[in-house]
Amino acid sequence: MSLETEDTVKLRETEDSVIRQPFTSRLGDAIKSQAMQIVLVWLAIVVIFSVLSPDAFLSVSNFRNIAISVSILAILGVGTTFIIVTGGIDLSMGSVLVFSGVVASMVMENVGTGQGWGVALLGIIAALASGLAWGLLNGFLVAKAKVPPMIVTLGTFGAALGLSQVLTGGIDLRASPDVLVDTVGFGSLFGVPSLVIIATTVVIIGIILLNHTRFGLRTSAVGSNAEACRRVGINVDRQLIKVYAFAGLLAGLAGVLNLSFFRSTTIAGHSLTNLDVIAGVVIGGTSLFGGIGTVFGTLVGLFIPATLRNGFVILGVEPYWQQVVVGAFLVGAVYVDQTRRAASSRGTTRTSLYSRISHRNRNTNRRES
Amino acid sequence: MTTPIYEARDISRSYGSVRALEGANFDVYPGEISALIGDNGAGKSTLVRILSGAEQPNGGQILFNGEPIQLETPTDARSRGIETVFQDLALANHLDPIQNMYLGRELMKPGVMGALGFMQRSAMKNEGKRAFSELGATVRNFSGPVGGMSGGQRQAIAVARAAAWASEVIFLDEPTAALGVVQTKGVMDLIRRIRDKGIAVVLISHSMPHVLDVADRVHVLRHGKRVAVMDAKSTNVEELVGAMTGALDGKEAA
Repeated sequence: MSLETEDTVKLRETEDSVIRQPFTSRLGDAIKSQAMQIVLVWLAIVVIFSVLSPDAFLSVSNFRNIAISVSILAILGVGTTFIIVTGGIDLSMGSVLVFSGVVASMVMENVGTGQGWGVALLGIIAALASGLAWGLLNGFLVAKAKVPPMIVTLGTFGAALGLSQVLTGGIDLRASPDVLVDTVGFGSLFGVPSLVIIATTVVIIGIILLNHTRFGLRTSAVGSNAEACRRVGINVDRQLIKVYAFAGLLAGLAGVLNLSFFRSTTIAGHSLTNLDVIAGVVIGGTSLFGGIGTVFGTLVGLFIPATLRNGFVILGVEPYWQQVVVGAFLVGAVYVDQTRRAASSRGTTRTSLYSRISHRNRNTNRRES
Repeated sequence: MTTPIYEARDISRSYGSVRALEGANFDVYPGEISALIGDNGAGKSTLVRILSGAEQPNGGQILFNGEPIQLETPTDARSRGIETVFQDLALANHLDPIQNMYLGRELMKPGVMGALGFMQRSAMKNEGKRAFSELGATVRNFSGPVGGMSGGQRQAIAVARAAAWASEVIFLDEPTAALGVVQTKGVMDLIRRIRDKGIAVVLISHSMPHVLDVADRVHVLRHGKRVAVMDAKSTNVEELVGAMTGALDGKEAA
């Protein structure tokens, strides 16, 4: 309706300024604000636990614990956000993390018994390379072989875990140089744990990458309309491979942190990591249908389950309840996303019963034009 | 007139045993609006897909500015300033109009930042707004996702995007099929303004009144061949329908 001649534009101006201008900007705001809504939800949870247990919950050391517990998931969450923005899914990142840790551990063990940075660096490189390799495999199978991402990553989820067990005989390796454990696993800078610093850095890089770079724009575009991307000459396959490779690389990095923190390859410990991460991404407002998502939302979406788990433990509530509550959050977040998508395809955002009733006439107008 | 900016000679294309085009000719001149009409199955879409590089012909010749060319991909056509707006518009619904306009042609920052993938967002925004307003495409919201916009607005964005990049030829496949009266008039005005920039516009349409209203010449396709080229000033709907259906089989102009 943008193409009217001057006078028709003027005629419709009053009406338009009431209806259309707010509605499109409202849609943009709604998308941006979903991350903010999630922040408010998290703050509400914090307030409730703080009131119920001011001493134990509301302390710097407790928040440090929560942040540490989120760190590794947040690094996985950044990569997974990018994948879900393309309209894909990743089930393999927990296994890739374990595999990277196993390879790093074996490399460091075979190099010698050194506890210095030289050995640690080799281990880090081995872990990053392993993660990258799995990511490339995922990306290649999704983009070139056209196997659905859920199946591809379900396959690599099993394969990476299985290979980890083959390599180790199923027994956790514990080779982790002291420097790695002291500086990365348990080190801190100005009272902030290294894990949190590394995770924050990755999250900030992720935010910048998604919002300010061509890579981020094309990631969203591929998830929004792959055919449109092909028409304008974007190599969609290559973009997908890059995104999965990026997520794999981050899973490799998470493998290093995991090994440094737990001093173990935790082979059996990451079978549900994928679901935790995906839940965080989705609670954070990233659409499972692709096209939109925020890294910041993912971070907050991961903080909510971690905070609930922490608070329940402090309050002495059975921690199993956390799973129930997070499950409800997950379904609620997807419900909100669905309503938003339906609203935007109708060309309107309906948020409340009141606005449904009061806007009915305007909506009818809009559909005609 | 001088040499056509874009010309197709004796193009043929078969899908299995179905012969979509059998020796079709086509030519457009700079600053001219040509309409391409024909009944369903006459080969309009196939011809446009071939001329926009989306498909390769089995036989025949494509000339750009008098020189024979080969189009392997749509990118080959676009690099010569030939743009196409298909009916599906090919907009990324979650992106805003500016992002859609620059998708695949992002302006990168100079130096290291550009190499790291950073874009000149403010330059794209300013240039994009200027390009939209130059064509009179009144985009009201440059920062909202296009998926939330009306059909007319989305059509305008898709056409303006193509016009902003097309320096020579622009193909519009049924640009008004889904639009109301006012929006159609808007798109027609937009087409005239693109023509006034000196670009050759090719309009594929079923709507005879629109075709006669806006076009300079009308090419009629039937059974995979161009059967007539009419001057829009001196023809009428009956004559066009006659040529389309074969009732007027005397007037060969191909």
